[in-house]
Amino acid sequence: MKILVGYKRVVDYNVRIQVKPDGSGVVTDGVKLSANPFDDIALEEALRLREKGVAEEVIVVGIGPADLTSHLRNGLAMGANRAIHVLTSEAVQPLTAARIFLKLIEKEQPGLVILGKQAIDDDANQTGQMLAALWDRPQATFAGKVEIADGKATVTREVDAGLEVIEAELPAVITTDLRLNEPRFIKLPDIMKAKSKPIDSIEFSSLGVDTHDHLKTTHYAAPAKRSKGVMVKDAAELVAALKQKGLL
Amino acid sequence: MSKILVIAEHLGGKLNPSTARAVSAAAAVKPEAIDVLVLADAPDAIAAEAAKIDGVSRVLTVTRAENAHPLAAVLAPQIAKAATGYSHVFAPSTTFGKDVAPRVAALLGVAQVSDVMSVEAAHTFKRPIYAGNAIITVEADANHTVVATIRTASWPAAASGANSAPIEALTIDAALPTHTRFIELKQGSSDRPDLQSASKVVSGGRGVGSKENFDIIYKFADKIGAAVGASRAAVDAGYVPNEMQVGQTGKIIAPELYMAIGISGAIQHLTGIKDAGTIVAINKDGEAPIFEIADFGLVGDLFKLIPELEQALG
Ligand SMILES: Cc1cc2nc3c(=O)[nH]c(=O)nc-3n(C[C@H](O)[C@H](O)[C@H](O)COP(=O)(O)OP(=O)(O)OC[C@H]3O[C@@H](n4cnc5c(N)ncnc54)[C@H](O)[C@@H]3O)c2cc1C
Ligand SMILES: Nc1ncnc2c1ncn2[C@@H]1O[C@H](COP(=O)(O)O)[C@@H](O)[C@H]1O
Repeated sequence: MKILVGYKRVVDYNVRIQVKPDGSGVVTDGVKLSANPFDDIALEEALRLREKGVAEEVIVVGIGPADLTSHLRNGLAMGANRAIHVLTSEAVQPLTAARIFLKLIEKEQPGLVILGKQAIDDDANQTGQMLAALWDRPQATFAGKVEIADGKATVTREVDAGLEVIEAELPAVITTDLRLNEPRFIKLPDIMKAKSKPIDSIEFSSLGVDTHDHLKTTHYAAPAKRSKGVMVKDAAELVAALKQKGLL
Repeated sequence: MSKILVIAEHLGGKLNPSTARAVSAAAAVKPEAIDVLVLADAPDAIAAEAAKIDGVSRVLTVTRAENAHPLAAVLAPQIAKAATGYSHVFAPSTTFGKDVAPRVAALLGVAQVSDVMSVEAAHTFKRPIYAGNAIITVEADANHTVVATIRTASWPAAASGANSAPIEALTIDAALPTHTRFIELKQGSSDRPDLQSASKVVSGGRGVGSKENFDIIYKFADKIGAAVGASRAAVDAGYVPNEMQVGQTGKIIAPELYMAIGISGAIQHLTGIKDAGTIVAINKDGEAPIFEIADFGLVGDLFKLIPELEQALG
């Protein structure tokens, strides 16, 4: 079985995001970029499934500009067998990303697609669900635990009420939650090895993907700031302050 | 004119309060109608609750055994069919809504607006990106159905009681897949207030130190009638179950009072509490970032301060 993994590059989660004063976007020049944390988890899970013998091949997929190659090399260094780079200079929205993944699925015929539950730049949390709909296959979102046996995935999902267990026939789409696993660190020799692993580049325009129905972002703003309050000296003062506000 | 279909979230035969919040957002569009869609195996009690929510025009029920559990693959084709004739489909931005709404959007071939914070116009919305560090204004194509999830912390629950909207059964002719099956829901049983709708929340972080130590947080919360939450670090360390996580990837909440105890205040945590009325921070590190946004800060050891707080409460 092949596993296709979404491997998006995003602004690193430690970066303090600044909105440009003219509201045209956020500052990304010179800012550290990293793999979407949920996608590192997706890749780790795929690698573990390969190590268990459930899968033979793990393919990382990145959709983005030409300089995405070094990012995909990281995925290869972590252990993916090969990478697919869908080349586009435009940022793709989830529906387009899902349509792109569907094209790749038609070609690669994976048994499993693992994506992050959300990309921490757009925080959309849509692509996996949309892909599953277009592909007409099961989705198991927010996965905290995955077991594959007998042609199906048993997935424990982190939902608001607790943990939900569902069973999905393969092929299926799984999206990862934080506690699914802890991604491995890349080792130096693996970076060397990754240099010889293949990256397939595909021009986005060659895929014939419909890019209609997009949302237009017209303005970026900084969020309303909460101002720093007061420090109280002890428990009694805190309780008195909260009582005065009618909160206790 | 707009007509909005709101997808009801429910569990165990009860309507989730997130539904009334989505109705509030729908009302902000100033539509000619707001209909609530209840997909269930036994929708009657849920529909009766939904019919009482202010602003609801009609409640539509779809009764099918397959709807006993909220499987997105099963619900989405039904919702997509029911959406015919509506300008908007809204669902709460809970794990339920996040799971099902994009599947509906894709079936309808439209983009989705996630986590609507405000409605600027019928097709213009504000939503957070980068863990709430930027707020964008997005415009959806006016020629297509808008599918959106509603950031529940940004919207009050629409009042309930005065309305009695008609309830109508809907028959939807949709082939439902059998490739996805519900096995079980492991739910933490708790008599405490619900984290997502409580007016007071006490959260513990890594500073609490262990699962056993968390009792001090539970006890204090019970004393003031609060729900209990946690940071990701506390969940990861196994002090508390996952459903208690507050933040970017956990629950986004807006209680009147939020008390962060032994929590440093990482951006991803703060995203979840930005809309709280009053934030209290208790931390032994006076430099902890949580104090930058706290309305009241108290520096000290939580194991000493919580008993003192209990005493001061009397
Ligand atoms: C993609 C991504 C998503 C994330 N999503 C979330 C999320 O949804 N929610 C979330 O919370 N985090 C999230 N995080 C993690 C976040 O970055 C922080 O790591 C986490 O919030 C830290 O939790 P904490 O404050 O409990 O722990 P720490 O940062 O370790 O802080 C513990 C605090 O306790 C204090 N302390 C220790 N002992 C005592 C004592 N005896 N008395 C008083 N104070 C004491 C310390 O001074 C310290 O400030 C996410 C991270 C990533 C990368
Ligand atoms: N441009 C992209 N390149 C690779 N993977 C992507 C891309 N966009 C979305 N994905 C995948 O879809 C997941 C969810 O993204 P989103 O729906 O944007 O929150 C991500 O975690 C990735 O796994």
